[in-house]
Amino acid sequence: MAEKKKINLNRVPIPKQSPEMRRKNFSEVALGYTGEQAIEEANRCLQCKKPSCKDGCPVNVDIPEFIKAICDHDMPEAVRILKGKNSLPGICGRVCPQETQCEMRCNLAKKGAPIAIGRLERYVADWERAHPEISEKQGEHIKSNGKKVAIVGSGPAGLTCAADLAKRGYEVTIFEALHVAGGVLMYGIPEFRLPKQVVQGEVDYVKSLGVEIKLDQIIGKIATVDEFLENGYAAIFLAPGAGAPMFLNIPGENLSDIYSANEFLTRTNLMKAYLFPEYDTPIKVGKRIAVFGGGNVAMDASRCALRLGAEEVYIIYRRSKVEMPARLEERENTEEEGVIFKLLTNPRKFIGDEQGRVKAVECYEMELGEPDESGRRRPIPKPGTEFIIDIDAAIIALGTQPNPIIPSTTKGLELTRWGTVKTDEATGRTSKDRVWCGGDMATGAATVISAMGAGKRAATDIDAYLQGKSELP
Amino acid sequence: MYKILAKEDLTSDIHLFKVEAPAIARKAQAGQFVIVRSGEEGERIPLTIAGWDKEEGSVTIVFMEVGATTRKLALLNSGDSILNFVGPLGRPTEIEKFGTVVCVAGGFAIATIVPIARAMREAGNKVISIMGFRTRELVFWEERLGSVSDELIVTTDDGSYKRKGLVTEPLKELLQEAEVARVIAIGPTVMMKFCSLTTKPFGVKTIVSLNPIMVDGTGMCGCCRVSVGDETKFACVDGPDFDAHEVDWDLLMNRQRTYLDEEREALRLWETSTTRF
Ligand SMILES: Cc1cc2nc3c(=O)[nH]c(=O)nc-3n(C[C@H](O)[C@H](O)[C@H](O)COP(=O)(O)OP(=O)(O)OC[C@H]3O[C@@H](n4cnc5c(N)ncnc54)[C@H](O)[C@@H]3O)c2cc1C
Ligand code: FES
Repeated sequence: MAEKKKINLNRVPIPKQSPEMRRKNFSEVALGYTGEQAIEEANRCLQCKKPSCKDGCPVNVDIPEFIKAICDHDMPEAVRILKGKNSLPGICGRVCPQETQCEMRCNLAKKGAPIAIGRLERYVADWERAHPEISEKQGEHIKSNGKKVAIVGSGPAGLTCAADLAKRGYEVTIFEALHVAGGVLMYGIPEFRLPKQVVQGEVDYVKSLGVEIKLDQIIGKIATVDEFLENGYAAIFLAPGAGAPMFLNIPGENLSDIYSANEFLTRTNLMKAYLFPEYDTPIKVGKRIAVFGGGNVAMDASRCALRLGAEEVYIIYRRSKVEMPARLEERENTEEEGVIFKLLTNPRKFIGDEQGRVKAVECYEMELGEPDESGRRRPIPKPGTEFIIDIDAAIIALGTQPNPIIPSTTKGLELTRWGTVKTDEATGRTSKDRVWCGGDMATGAATVISAMGAGKRAATDIDAYLQGKSELP
Repeated sequence: MYKILAKEDLTSDIHLFKVEAPAIARKAQAGQFVIVRSGEEGERIPLTIAGWDKEEGSVTIVFMEVGATTRKLALLNSGDSILNFVGPLGRPTEIEKFGTVVCVAGGFAIATIVPIARAMREAGNKVISIMGFRTRELVFWEERLGSVSDELIVTTDDGSYKRKGLVTEPLKELLQEAEVARVIAIGPTVMMKFCSLTTKPFGVKTIVSLNPIMVDGTGMCGCCRVSVGDETKFACVDGPDFDAHEVDWDLLMNRQRTYLDEEREALRLWETSTTRF
């Protein structure tokens, strides 16, 4: 049996919708492995004695173990192992930047392509969703310890912290501002990358652990953190994300049909504007639309614009392609679909028509100088290079910053100069007793998995504190 | 789900809902608003809070049927439920003892100025209210606004009831005759703009409640951005109240018209679908 197998250095490719097809629909782009493909890919795993992939995972998923279970055709076991560490595997398998985390550390990466951990994770999660009869009835055997914890925000940080605390017997209530739970997973990341049904399934799993999710609750308005502390909550975990959009601050930016990426994506994903008029929320893309920015959000917005019917979609970015913060895979998907990249280009002002609608943007060219604080080469304007692009709409995707609603209504919560909550990274503790914080609110806009890691660490620390095993500083 | 405890038709197309929302009722203050979504396919729309009752745990909203969304909302009755009801949002109106305060309201906004007039009076101000309507049939809450004001002036555009003309005319006379410390104007955007133009030469601080299109109402999308004193503000969190003399009115009106075509289309579809029954 122990004959040494020859390792295939290439990963099993994942089937995808063709670019011509997918740019016209909101269905998922990557179709996921079949059972055979998953087993073939899983069999490439070296099952290292000292697996370094695990160290690359912010929630320490037992990667070789769940892959082994796939090889053994024991899917229920694969699910059990995966979910032991990660309550949201269907989400992570789709949107985590594995190439800079677990897969980067894979020993196979030294010789060839690392094992496709993300795709296998997705496969296991999708298998579980297709086999609801297998997933055990959660929550029933968890005994309440009678202690109440409030969590603000139902994004990945909040959901993870809630699941971990519920599994330990806490009575957890999540307070969510919007009318659905999931945070950016629901309102930001588009359907074609992360189907909302997948998110809903994982939210339902968290609920099945006994977590109560109260929607329509804007904390700081309807109730405050201090009131929670007075009214019987033993601890609070703040996970409201970094939801406030940044703008370019150039003339004409308030013209009609200029959107923040948050607004554009919220209308599209959360409010289902792509189904207007069946759904009531409208959106305008016109024929030509420009998206400003070079991150994942810009890619998502541009791809939504294509699917909403725009004929020409531009991504306007002031540095060059290599400096783009977007994941390589998403950048490639975006280009394949036909989005036009206008690099080393910066906008100066928007120009409107008589009715105050945007009709053009004036841009100028940039060149790259010496590296700046971020280590990327600084873009410098090239004088005399102004030119005009005619557009019908624009999307500003420059990033987001923390929303001040909670800090401004919570006594004694210290902030950093970026407006994020000052937080101890290892534990999630804040300057305020019995208040923890994690996710984008603590770090500024980051990733799903880093938010989940923070939720997990906070759950561990809250548990230790409430059991009297640790004290507040 | 938020239960409608009572419904009142104030005119043929202006309706009042008293909604069960105890947590919001506990926190509500004059000048704040809620975001409402009536059903699964519905949009999120902002509606100003017209009243609240902490004991009963209710919040009152008043709205006018304009597009498909508000028409659908109007079909709900006492006993039905609203899917989402979020608040209280925005900053409350600044209430202080200023002296003489003139409260001007047009159309359905009469309902939203009542709690403000009341709070102003309770703070020790002399409150003079002006309410304007297009015509006699649309007049409502004359007594109610009167009961929280020291003086009340009613106008109709066509002169079919009380004083003929626009609200800006008695407003100007008051500014000429009396020592007015502050004006609060709420209503259709054009009305607020003209109130602002009327008070500006007198240098009397004027507060308006802006109603741009909104989505989340929490400062997350920036859809509600307005320009005030050449600065971009988010009406849902920085407002909705702003200094009228600083507002860029044309920008606000342009942005309010962003989806005019889509709204017409939705209304047309709605009308054809409802007439089929
Ligand atoms: C378009 C887009 C694409 C992205 N793509 C990726 C990707 O591919 N991979 C990846 O790893 N990351 C991606 N990210 C980043 C990732 O989504 C975030 O880092 C992550 O969601 C942060 O999680 P969180 O739990 O901190 O906050 P969020 O997901 O932002 O959730 C916060 C929740 O709190 C709620 N909330 C806010 N304020 C209050 C309040 N006062 N009261 C009650 N509730 C409140 C919000 O409504 C929200 O639901 C993307 C982000 C965007 C916008
Ligand atoms: S409505 Fe979205 S920021 Fe104001």
